[in-house]
Order: sequence, then C-alpha cells, then structure tokens
Amino acid sequence: MAGEGQAVVVDGICKSYGGDVQALQNVSFEVKPGELFGLIGPDGAGKTTLLRILTTLLLADSGSASVHGLDVRREFSAIRGIVGYMPGKFSLYQDLSVEENLNFFATVFGTTVKANYHLVEDIYRQLEPFKTRLAGNLSGGMKQKLALCCALIHAPTVLFLDEPTTGVDPVSRKDFWGMLGRLRDSGIAIVVSTPYMDEAARCERIALIQKGQIIAMDSLAGILASNQTETYAVRGEGLLGVLKALRAYPETRYCYAFGQEHHLVLKGDADPKGAESFLRAQGHQDVSFRRIEPTIEDVFIALMQDQADV
Amino acid sequence: MSEPVIVAENLTRRFGDFTAVDAISLEVSGGEIFGFLGANGAGKTTAMRIFCGLLEPSSGRASVAGFDAMTEPEKIKNEIGYMSQKFSLYSKLTVKENIRFFAGVYGLSRKQAKEKTSEIVDQLGLANTADALVTDLPLGWKQRISFAVATVHEPKVVFLDEPTGGVDPIVRRQFWDMIYEAAERGITVFVTTHYMDEAEYCDRISIMVDGAIAAMGKPADLCKQYAVPTIEDVFISLARKATRHGD
Repeated sequence: MAGEGQAVVVDGICKSYGGDVQALQNVSFEVKPGELFGLIGPDGAGKTTLLRILTTLLLADSGSASVHGLDVRREFSAIRGIVGYMPGKFSLYQDLSVEENLNFFATVFGTTVKANYHLVEDIYRQLEPFKTRLAGNLSGGMKQKLALCCALIHAPTVLFLDEPTTGVDPVSRKDFWGMLGRLRDSGIAIVVSTPYMDEAARCERIALIQKGQIIAMDSLAGILASNQTETYAVRGEGLLGVLKALRAYPETRYCYAFGQEHHLVLKGDADPKGAESFLRAQGHQDVSFRRIEPTIEDVFIALMQDQADV
Repeated sequence: MSEPVIVAENLTRRFGDFTAVDAISLEVSGGEIFGFLGANGAGKTTAMRIFCGLLEPSSGRASVAGFDAMTEPEKIKNEIGYMSQKFSLYSKLTVKENIRFFAGVYGLSRKQAKEKTSEIVDQLGLANTADALVTDLPLGWKQRISFAVATVHEPKVVFLDEPTGGVDPIVRRQFWDMIYEAAERGITVFVTTHYMDEAEYCDRISIMVDGAIAAMGKPADLCKQYAVPTIEDVFISLARKATRHGD
C-alpha cells in the first residue's frame, strides 16, 4: 500500500459545500511520524475542512485519506482513538474546572491522567496553580494550553491543531510553538494550521494553501529557494506617498507594504534604477532601494499574483 | 503638529484590588496612526473602553476629541468610530443594509446615508455584492466593510481592536491601505494588533506590560533603542518581564 509507515496520507481529496463552493480541490500530501507539518493559508482556504476530514468528522466527496494506515471512511472509530484534535473554537467544558476537564477527556478515552501525565506534565505544570478555576474563566493563552493537554491526555500518535495561535500575542505564540517542538521530538506527528506566515519557520515542511488548493509544498528553505522572484525593499519618507508612486510606475508588477518599507516586484527584467529615478522625479528624494531575499509572505503573494495573472 | 486628539494623564482603572490600567500617559495627534500593543491581559481593552466612553477611569484623566472620559462620555461616542474583529456587522443584513443602518446610528440623515452607501460600494468595488448577505462574504471583505462602516460619519478617531486576524497577506495589506487613506483625511487611528509587522506601519506605538506603558515611540526609534531588528523583538523582550497572566 502506498504511503506505508506514514502518519498521514492524503490522496486527491475533494470536498464541496452545496455545489459551487469548492472547499478542497484535489489535495494530496503525506506526513511522517515525528514530523511537524504546517498548513498555512488564510481564512477560507480550506484548512478546517481538511482537518475535519482527517479527524473523521466530515466525509470527502472523493479521494482518500488515512491516518497510520487506517482509512478515514471505513476505520473512523479506530482513528478517533489514536488522534488528538484541537479545534479552532475553544471546545472544552467552560463550566468544568481545569482539572475536571482533563480528567473527563482521559476517562472518555479509557485512560487516566496519572497513566499519561508525563505527556502533558511540561504544559500542565503552568496550569496547576489554577487547576480549580473554571475553564470558562481562563485567559486565552491558558485556555489554549488546557486544550492542548486535553488533546494529548490519551497519548495520541497524531495531533491535529486548527489555528491554535490565532488571536494569541507574540510571546504566547512563541511559547506554544516551543511546546509543539518538544512534542514532535517525542515522536508525535503534528499537523497544524495557521494563518501566520512567519510560523512556517517552525515546521519541518509546510503546505501553502489558498482557495482549496495547495499552491506550494516543501520545507521553508525549499519553498524560498524555488521562488526567487526579484524583490526590492524600498524605504523613504512618507511611506504612503512612496507606495502610491511605486504603484503608479508603469514597470511595477506589484508593490506592498512590509513593516517600515515596501517590497517591490517589477515587470520582466525592468531595471530598479528606472523606478528610483521615477520616484525622485515625483519628489521622493530620499528613497533607497536594495535587493532582498523574498520572505515567506513575499512568496505567498508572488504565488497568488501568478495565479491571478493566469 | 495638530492638537492632541487622544490624551491620557496618569490614567488608572482598578477593579477591586486589581489595577488593570496603571497610570498611563499618552498623547495622540490628529491624523496619526497609533499602535497600542501589549500581551493578552496587559490592559489594552480596559484602556480602550475608557477612551471610547464605555468605562470610567478610577483616577487620572482621559480625553478624546476634546471631551472628558469621566464627565462627557456621551459626547465622545459621537466623535469616534469603533471596529473589532469579534463584532462589527450584522451577518443577516445585506452589505447595503449594514452601511445604511450604521450611518443612521451615527446620526447621518437619510440623504447622507444614501450617498455614503453608494460611495462606499463604489470605493470597495462591491457593486455586484451590495445586496448579498454579509454572512456569505469572505472575511477580508467583511473587514474592509466594517472599517468603512466605522468611519462612515468621518469621526475624529477610529478605534480598531485586532481588526485583521486570519486573512491572506494581500487582503491584510489592502486593509492597511484603507487605514492610511483614513489617516490622510485626518482621522486619527488607534489600533491594537498581534501582527508585529503591522505595528511597524504605525507612526508611533506603545507597548503595555502589566497595565503600564513600558515603551512608546516611533517603531524605528524603538528598534534602535533596544538594539534589535524588529518590533517583535522589542515586544518579546518587554512582555517576557510581565508578572501577570491572562486576559
């Protein structure tokens, strides 16, 4: 059988909602045991649909998928015993305490907190001072940690996380990715979706997903290396004025704000010197141009522009 | 520089023995884009609620558009717009109905509301979807319509509470184009975000830690001051020192 020994195999999955909404179009990928795999794309790209199919909560229209060799359609109940799932919406019991939620999920899966405590210890220790607090009264960051504990307490071999870091501040995000890295090191396969492009660096491999299709898949380094669109960072006083002028320049293909500078891609092999003199002629004297290595956001934008131009 | 539109002087808000906002002071001028950053639970929402006239300060002073947050909160509400990702539009109304509804709430006449509606529909290129229910629209469109609605009455200040989560990098930037244009028209923009690159689009930012403002200035100056390449690094080094947890 193809994909033997893989933690997750997805082969040609299609799913539509009510005919005209193609949520997933022919999606295929594999995830190895002990791999941290990122599904990166915006709201509406199809990430949640895909995770719901893999956790056997939704049936695909066509194509096949398996988790540790178990088919998502025929062997759904076996899959449910070996996967952990953290949905995008907080779905623990708000009127049970921290401790009660964890006990509940352990019991549902026929195990005890004691038997698997070593799996969650690292994370649960931070929740322990609040273990009698109702889950509904926890802060965002703590809710997320508790949800992760509850998804782990039955010792799953594959973990599916749907946008665990959306709306979470940068410090908590960083901590959360640290936890995922340690879980991965312990041998669990992790499939995580996120709209934050910068989180790509935390994954072994990523799939960029947009409008139900995977538009690129590789390691971050691989994706960056295969998309060397000539990109210039432009700085200058009055960023909005500079942006508008760059967009008005006839040789500009596209230009977007990136923090304190703009990233510019020109048509064909147009010379950036031309853009520079155009800006000066428009009264932007103090501009500077430098060639940069595209970031993952640049690549995502480039791939979207390529699609739009087809 | 124009008159400050938002002023806080030792602004403090306590809930019982918990000090959510601890003596913050800041001034934001007309047409400025001000990024109000902080970890979850640092006190941003509480401060923002005071600025919006929804909550009284415990001590200190806040004024918005020249009106005092303690004594004239109702006047403040006439001068501001507010948008949050969590709530902004009625999903079971159409795009047009939403714009007309909010125009009415913000006190525009029937005629003005009608004009403003077609203006926004044109600007956002929504001619084909103006009669669609908001619930059927992609998130990025909802966000841009929400922003247009929050500024439909040309307020002095618009407060944006995490306006842009979850959209693709192009849509996110289109949203920021709208913010820049509003600021050019003289609207002061006061925005919270967890995207640190967006913090760098702001004229100035502040970073709140445990209820107090731990740093404030132009993004480039703060990076220099902390000798780090990005605002994310500044944020992390400050927020790591926080002693309190949670929202």
